[in-house]
Amino acid sequence: MAERRFTKDHEWIELNGAVATVGITNYAQEQLGDVVFVDLPAAGKKITKGGEAAVVESVKAASEVYAPVSGEVVESNAELAKNPALVNSAAESGGWFVKIKVADPKEVSALMDAAAYKKFVDGLH
Amino acid sequence: MSEAAADLRKTALHALHVELGARMVPFAGYDMPVQYPAGILTEHNHTRTKAGLFDVSHMGQARLWGVGADKAIEALVPGNIVGLALTRIRYTVFTNDKGGILDDLTIGRAGDHLSVVVNAACKEADYEHMRRGLPKSMRLEILEDRALLALQGPAAEAVMARFAPDASKLTFMAFAGMKVAGLDCTVFRSGYTGEDGYEISVANKDAEGFARKLLKEPEVMPIGLGARDSLRLEAGLCLYGHDLDTTTTPAEGDLGWTIAKRRREEGGGFPGDKIILKQLAEGPSRLRVGIKPDGRAPAREGTVVLDAKGKEIGKITSGGFGPTANGPVAMGYVTKGNTTVGTPLGLVVRGTTLGAKVAALPFVPHHYKKA
Repeated sequence: MAERRFTKDHEWIELNGAVATVGITNYAQEQLGDVVFVDLPAAGKKITKGGEAAVVESVKAASEVYAPVSGEVVESNAELAKNPALVNSAAESGGWFVKIKVADPKEVSALMDAAAYKKFVDGLH
Repeated sequence: MSEAAADLRKTALHALHVELGARMVPFAGYDMPVQYPAGILTEHNHTRTKAGLFDVSHMGQARLWGVGADKAIEALVPGNIVGLALTRIRYTVFTNDKGGILDDLTIGRAGDHLSVVVNAACKEADYEHMRRGLPKSMRLEILEDRALLALQGPAAEAVMARFAPDASKLTFMAFAGMKVAGLDCTVFRSGYTGEDGYEISVANKDAEGFARKLLKEPEVMPIGLGARDSLRLEAGLCLYGHDLDTTTTPAEGDLGWTIAKRRREEGGGFPGDKIILKQLAEGPSRLRVGIKPDGRAPAREGTVVLDAKGKEIGKITSGGFGPTANGPVAMGYVTKGNTTVGTPLGLVVRGTTLGAKVAALPFVPHHYKKA
């Protein structure tokens, strides 16, 4: 299984070949609260590292999800349109947001690994 | 704790909120619970089906004493306060000389005084406004030593009856002083959720013990400001500072019903009367309406509203997800000619125009105990 990497904006990314799956972390969904809508980019959309990749809406507010790496969207999670609460119940599995054809795999390996992310989150409390 | 958090005021229930695991946020100068561990959706649905307990102690509670206080306060509000029957509460607004709204409030008539409840964010300004606008013979008593708890939902009546058998005799928008769990309280049959329920004024020193008693009842769950907002939005109730402010008049805010017939016939006699009465007679140039987005995407406060041709005709002032409506719901102002229910609108959300329609308010029917 491919290794997961994490960002300071609380996204996770897992690279399999040239395509990476991206979602938000369990910590992020806890902070957001009940997710009621996810605005996802269409396949074919080019996204830039640090740019807006998606918007996740809780009852209370809309939050931007930033692209952890640059690339092209190949698929967005159609399940989330029917069941946005998947982001809460399965943030780091079935509640993934998009699959991205990664422009530069080095951008992925440069991100935090699980241990570094855990340390980062622990430091937020 | 950050410096900003240290400056925030705390209600008598603050320690209880923290103990219950609430996420605390700054609101109107207070450190308040936005949600408890159950989350906003669960809290919202619980209030609609059982009973929710809200801490609304940040709101301003006051009493106005003096002979002729009812007549005197009519100089500041467009409501019929002179005609207010004993034990009844009325929703009204403080207006300014331009007809704008300084705050919305309730006024109730007790035997020897008027009860006044105002918004937290406006309370100091409201008190000053009353002191300046009322004759010297009137005395404004500010109830700083009292908490305000709201118990809202279909089970509220049954729960309250266990602590105060007389509470069920109150009808919607009535209030009375009574013993609740042996404590001296003022009980109002009112609220901000669209559900039946009560607002209970209790001494600060007794508030936490009383709240714990209510929370022990099987139907009752603590509810934060997040669900309070989604509940009131579905109920079509205005949030001051968002749906109403000094730039909106009662006529524009669709609050014409708060301007009493007698006051209209008398030609006003409240700040901004000429402007407001003219708008009511001719129809205001813009009106607060319900707005239902066609899809699933919520449209938040500040969203630009377009007509069917793409021309900007207003803005959303409150918008989010309505758990009971099971979809996005909003309120906002649109220009004259676009206010009929069903009128197609466009909402500019993140650069894309999404379809929506003018909708009837409330989005969820009220369940008030009117008789």
